[in-house]
Amino acid sequence: MSERDARRAIDAVWRIESSRLIAALARITGDVGIAEDLAQDALLAALEQWPRSGVPDNPGAWLMATAKNRAIDRLRHGEMAARKEEELGREVELRARLTELDPAEAAADEIDDDLLSLIFTACHPVLATEARVALTLRLIGSLTTTEIARAFLVKESTVAQRIVRAKRTLAEARVPIEVPGPAEREQRLASVLEVIYAIFNEGYAASAGEEWIRADLCEEAMRLGRVLAGLMPREPEALGLVALTELTAARFPARTGPGGEAIPLPDQDRARWDLVLIGRGLKGLERAESLGRPLGPYALQAAIAACHSRARTPEQTDWERIAALYDALDSIAGSPVVRLNRAVAVGMAFGPAAGLELLDGLADEPALRGYHLLPAARGELLERLGREEEAALEFSRAAELTGNAREREVLEARAAL
Amino acid sequence: MRVMAIVKASADSEAGKMPSEEMLAAMGEFNEEMVKAGVMLAGEGLHPTSKGARVSFGGEGERAVIDGPFAETKELIAGYWLMQVRSFEEAVEWIKRCPNPHDDPGEIEIRQVFEADDFGEEFTPELREREERIRAQAEQNQ
Repeated sequence: MSERDARRAIDAVWRIESSRLIAALARITGDVGIAEDLAQDALLAALEQWPRSGVPDNPGAWLMATAKNRAIDRLRHGEMAARKEEELGREVELRARLTELDPAEAAADEIDDDLLSLIFTACHPVLATEARVALTLRLIGSLTTTEIARAFLVKESTVAQRIVRAKRTLAEARVPIEVPGPAEREQRLASVLEVIYAIFNEGYAASAGEEWIRADLCEEAMRLGRVLAGLMPREPEALGLVALTELTAARFPARTGPGGEAIPLPDQDRARWDLVLIGRGLKGLERAESLGRPLGPYALQAAIAACHSRARTPEQTDWERIAALYDALDSIAGSPVVRLNRAVAVGMAFGPAAGLELLDGLADEPALRGYHLLPAARGELLERLGREEEAALEFSRAAELTGNAREREVLEARAAL
Repeated sequence: MRVMAIVKASADSEAGKMPSEEMLAAMGEFNEEMVKAGVMLAGEGLHPTSKGARVSFGGEGERAVIDGPFAETKELIAGYWLMQVRSFEEAVEWIKRCPNPHDDPGEIEIRQVFEADDFGEEFTPELREREERIRAQAEQNQ
């Protein structure tokens, strides 16, 4: 096997195995940082040996066995006893657990439990969102620091620092690596979902950059969401988030024109929407709805996205249902942005005047000050009312406010009419 | 990226012989692994070609329908997976973990799926329009 082929094969194995490897090591050592170090040791050993020996038949078990041996070595040399105050008993216990560990024998539900525990730990609310995002991509998504930095348009050292600090914070706060109990569960799950959605949105909006969609991040977020939904199949919000991301991503092929310019939803060529993702999203939403629990914010947003996905032409869109879903969303997770979207839906369902009236109520909303979509929506409704000069003014205000170059072009074009 | 893994047919699959319970269980486990990893988008098995047909395209716009079954068993398709992976190698690594779908030696072929961007200049507006009509029709038929 050539060096390059081996490297790519190892990358692929790593991508598949590393999260489970780190998860098991985190359970045993009780420390995410140590777990990742041990996993990295195993990766280095693979990089050294596999190009000569070939990829072993069960690479996951090989990596685990190697990491385990490294852990025992480190224990022997006292490297892992960094916390001197910890009783000796812990070390003895740790040694026993490591010795017992048989990578080939791990039961599927045990692996699942480890992975879910790791996800909840990486997304612990003790960490800031950007730290949770970086740690999740690193530990669960198995992205390298370089890849994370490139995706988020920040310096590699910034990401590295974020991850180091996050691990330290988790250790200092003595965050237990476990699936939270019922009392905490809802709030902790919200924290996990927020991270996955933040990753998706970073890819979707790319507000800081010129690129409209950084699809890789979106795919990564969908994948993470599916992993989570697979581990928590009875959690409507996990299913809802996956459905929301899939239904949104389904529109990507239609979302930009040949010159890279943004195409708004009503003007999109629906034949270009991704039918595989739409099919999956609608099915996932159905499953979330069938669980018989009230829909949370993600499932409701997925239900809204589904109204668009089901409409073969913009005219077939069930705007009354969308307006009702925004009402429901506003009552459980109300925000000025939700009310803005509700006003747009009402404008579509019951006429531009009704929508405009709702928008007027948001004019002094501090949270929407500087938010380009407010004037953009006003412009839209004013235009439909035939008040074109006012509409043009709103569009040029929106153009000034948006941070996205492509979007600015579109808005400027509309202002110039 | 999206990758399709194509399971080739075997004498048994072409004879319509159902996989053993053991095979179904092993395949179910493999599918579950891929679903849990967020990799599997879709996957289905196909009836033997005795229930299939081919439309052959002649030189002068001729069309002829040929009913199955077809020979060259090893070139026929018995099923597929559609996967979302980060690299082609990742798809290869997954398929290496797949149980052999047949009792006999056989192959699973792995191919990258075209996505809109891949077409570039070749994908003219006319071609695009035609594809869109077909897709719209496919959607109507769902």
